[in-house]
Amino acid sequence: MSVWARHKIFETNSIILVIGVLIVIAIGGLVEIVPLFYLKSTIEKVEGVRPYTPLELAGRNIYVREGCYNCHSQMIRPLRDEVERYGHYSLAAESMYDRPFQWGSKRTGPDLARVGNKYSDEWHRDHLINPRAVVPGSIMPSYPWLAQNDLDADHVAEDMKVQAALGVPYTPEMIAKAGNDIRTQATTDAPSGDDLVKRYPGAQVRNFGGNPQKITEADALIAYLQMLGTQVDFKLYDNKANVR
Amino acid sequence: MALTATTSKGMTFGEAGSALAFAALSFLSIIIAAKAYTPEYAFHAYLFAAAAGAAAFKIIDCYYDRPAELPPLTINGKPNYNMGPVKFGTLASVFWGVAGFAIGLLIALQLAFPALNFDTSWLSFGRMRPLHTSAVIFAFGGNILIASSFYVVQRTCRARLVGDIAPWFVVLGYNFFIVIAGTGYLLGITQGKEYAEPEWYADLWLTVVWVTYFLVFLGTIMRRKEPHIYVANWFYLAFILTIAVLHLGNNATIPVSLFSPKSYIVWSGVQDAMVQWWYGHNAVGFFLTAGFLAIMYYFIPKRAERPVYSYRLSIIHFWALIFLYIWAGPHHLHYTALPDWAQTLGMVFSIMLWMPSWGGMINGLMTLSGAWDKLRTDPVLRLMVVSVAFYGMSTFEGPMMSVKEVNSLSHYTDWTIGHVHSGALGWVAYVSFGAIYCLVPWLWNKERLYSMKAVSWHFWISTLGIVLYISSMWVAGILQGLMWRAYTSLGFLEYSFIEVVEAMQPFYVIRALGGALFVAGSLIMAWNVWKTITAGEEVAEANATQSILIAAE
Repeated sequence: MSVWARHKIFETNSIILVIGVLIVIAIGGLVEIVPLFYLKSTIEKVEGVRPYTPLELAGRNIYVREGCYNCHSQMIRPLRDEVERYGHYSLAAESMYDRPFQWGSKRTGPDLARVGNKYSDEWHRDHLINPRAVVPGSIMPSYPWLAQNDLDADHVAEDMKVQAALGVPYTPEMIAKAGNDIRTQATTDAPSGDDLVKRYPGAQVRNFGGNPQKITEADALIAYLQMLGTQVDFKLYDNKANVR
Repeated sequence: MALTATTSKGMTFGEAGSALAFAALSFLSIIIAAKAYTPEYAFHAYLFAAAAGAAAFKIIDCYYDRPAELPPLTINGKPNYNMGPVKFGTLASVFWGVAGFAIGLLIALQLAFPALNFDTSWLSFGRMRPLHTSAVIFAFGGNILIASSFYVVQRTCRARLVGDIAPWFVVLGYNFFIVIAGTGYLLGITQGKEYAEPEWYADLWLTVVWVTYFLVFLGTIMRRKEPHIYVANWFYLAFILTIAVLHLGNNATIPVSLFSPKSYIVWSGVQDAMVQWWYGHNAVGFFLTAGFLAIMYYFIPKRAERPVYSYRLSIIHFWALIFLYIWAGPHHLHYTALPDWAQTLGMVFSIMLWMPSWGGMINGLMTLSGAWDKLRTDPVLRLMVVSVAFYGMSTFEGPMMSVKEVNSLSHYTDWTIGHVHSGALGWVAYVSFGAIYCLVPWLWNKERLYSMKAVSWHFWISTLGIVLYISSMWVAGILQGLMWRAYTSLGFLEYSFIEVVEAMQPFYVIRALGGALFVAGSLIMAWNVWKTITAGEEVAEANATQSILIAAE
């Protein structure tokens, strides 16, 4: 019987065809995905990467909601021009708490992986209300509603609980204080600011949105943008230790 | 239909069970709506409540309307095909096609003229772009895949679809998923993963619909009167199965609460990236390739009245295609923080994928051996043959772009957008148009399409549109890539980012022009489909018997 005739078993038996297809499509995915969970070299050992503060997490969720990833990447490739334009190439460790990852696939606008602390809060506020006010040639949409919408601070603790269940090192204390931490981080010279920074080293505490009377979605989004790419101190980072 | 004394009318298990399930879902949705964290989520819960309530009512209403016996599997020895869901899916595909292309045109114009975002949240590019991709891939493409698969599996197996409620549940449930997904994006409900944006509850709903789809399709194959499973059905089956696996893997999320639309994916960072592009590239491989190859394998031989060119080639390229495609995902992550070994695997398999792709192209094109003259007289066949040519072109371009050195230039640029659209417009949309133009007269029992001239206009207008689209994006993308990496003689970066953005303006305008032509073509199709159904010439009885006689000779 020739090989071609042997193929008859798939053509005349639907269950065998189904099983055959399942086996054939399983192999590639298993080989490429499973090792990423146990190979220790997948995520670099590096100091400084911490979970998002409640305000930053809320800001990140707004970033996701508005679909910023459709035009902005958060992944600097180790190419000369990118490193000079945006900064040190991105490490896997820097997005280890990112759910979902926001590496992006298109740069209609510039990469944002290290946008933190590059521009002032005022610049971000003006830019979100009307990008062309600060960058005349920009084609980014305006986001005037962010500075108007109150931030939902009531449910962020639940978000953190789910993340903790998935392995993000949020302590019960962090979750209990989530609502307070949002207000603290969005207040300039807040008395409880030092306490927050103890829980979230390197967190920036100030009014980001420009209106001390209320905490808006702009506060959260700018807090998130201002911390992007600032956690790892690349003066101390040892490239050679993480050759993969 | 005469009621015999032996059959007393009773509800089937399927009728009673599904009516109860829908009533329960409707009740649960009302509770969720009342306690929802956000008004957007409450809106969706009310939509679920209304749709499930309507479904329960309709099932019971149909039960009272129907005769005691369920529709027979055969009438006078001939299969009693169930074409209602096929008709619905075909029309839904036309509708979503026009809508999805029009939204694409809007977002293309937004990139050229940002004032068109109107400073309004639900109209802004970041929310409209997922609406465009989902509308064209899942709504337009998905509907024609479901409709054509239900048509092809019945005809090639000479068997009626399994179930009476189930096929309707598949098409209506799928379109309800589209509505939930699409309105969700506009309201800001998204998972933030490309092509997998719908949130957890929409994903759960789709899972139920998709499993039903699989069971109906497989059950119909098992009912077949033919010993062999026709090649188109292998591809449909691989498409349905693999999409199920991908959907479950990439949407493994934990909802924040039953009352919250938000969920978090169990994978994070680099692993999430790999799972996402394993999903993302195989949405291309199995939704946009395997499914549409199935369309090619039925509709091209049928229209050209020629057998498939090579049976052995179809076997080789089927197994090679589905085996190799799964590996190609990491080419979306070249030079990222994904480990190099995974990137290299992705690149190597992407290049190998060129061969089975061209196997499919050769099998499709060569099916026209001896019938090439039909290209001059039949614009429907012309649409489908050009689609296969576009398939060959984009499956050459894809492996080329997956080479790391090429990718370092092309990634993040509009070249990728051009590549996607040469496949999406040239291949996926054209082969779908061909299938729609074939299906409409067959399903509504018409002699022919209302206007062949209109098909010809559709073909030429949209071909011109595609050429404008992809060539402007090639130039834009390569220019972007080169400007980003350009250095002055003193060793400084030559262009700021915004200078590159500004350089894109003319190409974005040309692209929008191409898109406008494509929309115009699809409107011609919608008009032609409408006229065929309402004013087309019915198939004459005499002709019908004659063709049976000829077939019997």
